[in-house]
Amino acid sequence: MPGPPGSALLSLALLLIVAPLLPGVAARTRAALTGRRGAPVHQLYVDLWKLLRRGVVYSTTTTAIFRLAPVAVAATAVLAAALLPLNGTAGVLRFSGDALAFAYLLGLGRFLLVLGALDTGSSFEGMGASREVAFASVVEMGLFFAIAAVSVMTHELSLSGMFGAPREAGLRAGPPLVMVAAGLFGLLLAECARVPVDDPNTHLELTMIHEVMVLDHAGPDLALLLYAGAVKLAVMGALLVTLVVSRAAWPLPLSLAALLAGLLGVGVGVGVVEAATARLRLLKVPLYLAGAAALAGFGLVLVVR
Amino acid sequence: MRSLAEGLLLLVILTDFAVLSMSRLSACIRAVAAQGLLLGVLSLVVEGAWSVHGIGLAFGTVTVKAVLLPWFLRWAIREASVRREVEPLVGYMASLLLGAGALVVSFAVAARLPATESPPLLVPVALATLIIGLVVLITRTKAVSQVVGYLMLENGIYVFGLTQSRRVPFLVDAGVLLDVFVGVFVMGIVLFHINREFDSISATQLSELKE
Repeated sequence: MPGPPGSALLSLALLLIVAPLLPGVAARTRAALTGRRGAPVHQLYVDLWKLLRRGVVYSTTTTAIFRLAPVAVAATAVLAAALLPLNGTAGVLRFSGDALAFAYLLGLGRFLLVLGALDTGSSFEGMGASREVAFASVVEMGLFFAIAAVSVMTHELSLSGMFGAPREAGLRAGPPLVMVAAGLFGLLLAECARVPVDDPNTHLELTMIHEVMVLDHAGPDLALLLYAGAVKLAVMGALLVTLVVSRAAWPLPLSLAALLAGLLGVGVGVGVVEAATARLRLLKVPLYLAGAAALAGFGLVLVVR
Repeated sequence: MRSLAEGLLLLVILTDFAVLSMSRLSACIRAVAAQGLLLGVLSLVVEGAWSVHGIGLAFGTVTVKAVLLPWFLRWAIREASVRREVEPLVGYMASLLLGAGALVVSFAVAARLPATESPPLLVPVALATLIIGLVVLITRTKAVSQVVGYLMLENGIYVFGLTQSRRVPFLVDAGVLLDVFVGVFVMGIVLFHINREFDSISATQLSELKE
């Protein structure tokens, strides 16, 4: 297998650079729609820079796992991004079955984040961890439905193979694709801890899910976690964009521009959802997730039929 | 035309799942009304050609299923002052899973049935709507939501009838619509009286004899 093409590395670097913009876009959209001005779009860059210059305090009850968690979360998010065919044809890494690796990299990141949260011994963090895992079990099911549907459509097990080929090869626009895309957007909101499931702006530990797990991290560790969250949003957004728009036959600059525009669209979409809906009660969240997973599963049923 | 029909059928399935997962009675009624509207448009799309028969059937379907019956059910809720929650015997999550199972079963069964020239999704969607209607009918305790389930069941039969739309004469369709209308009307009135007599329309209490 030849090494990764330069365009793949270039698009990965681009994604990693623009990723912190996405939460800013979402927050700005939400602020604009609810009649406020909101923080500037580049707020997360400023936050990251501020956090990177700070010191870290580690509790004496924590172990090495706590220090490992932020690095591992960021690393898995970046690796998952490397598997996606961001330039439209091939990812930086590609092998048969990397679609499963993609799902499990996200899972691994979450697992280590949860371990880090449990490591603090804080009851709030334990609560957040248990919620995160409970909801993730449904999210993962939906993600696998979506992957399986696309895989059956294209007879491929690699993300680059699924999305890198021109559309005539199997992945055609139609009801199944719409179902999978809609389900995937619903899952994106849960996976990236956005509004109907979790609120990134909440200040009450009792209702937090993702935020409570990072309460005890500080300085560069927190910066890594925030950055990883942004990359995860960008990765899920890029997956959605790649699913909806095939860029295989496009020249590289156009393809990258389309990716950026798509990511911007995802950010705005997240912001619109956040402005339009209230957070669901915790008891209702599994129902929402099951609905999103059912959409993806329905897409699968339509394809297999 | 065919892809439009498929899109409409998918929307029908989505309304099925909406009824399964929604907790408010009025939202369920709205979903069934939307389903009735979809069925009306669907009969036109499946027919293809514009005929008096097709337009009349679509018009009748929309009037009865999307306007009259939902209005009547809403009236029944208001008059009988039913509490808004659906009160399922089986949880929402479990009923969603049951619905998903029904979907898979109906797709599996439909693949074994002899093919018709109608859109390929028609038969599985009909079966799924039928089974999900049955699930709603069985697992909800409120009599009004059981009526909603009955309506979905009938909608499933209606979709199934669309596969034979060239052969089934207009009178039969009209007769079915009339039957459903009368049936729901009678159910509504009975509901109203049950509520007046027993202060509750929960179907679980109907099994107990009272003086």
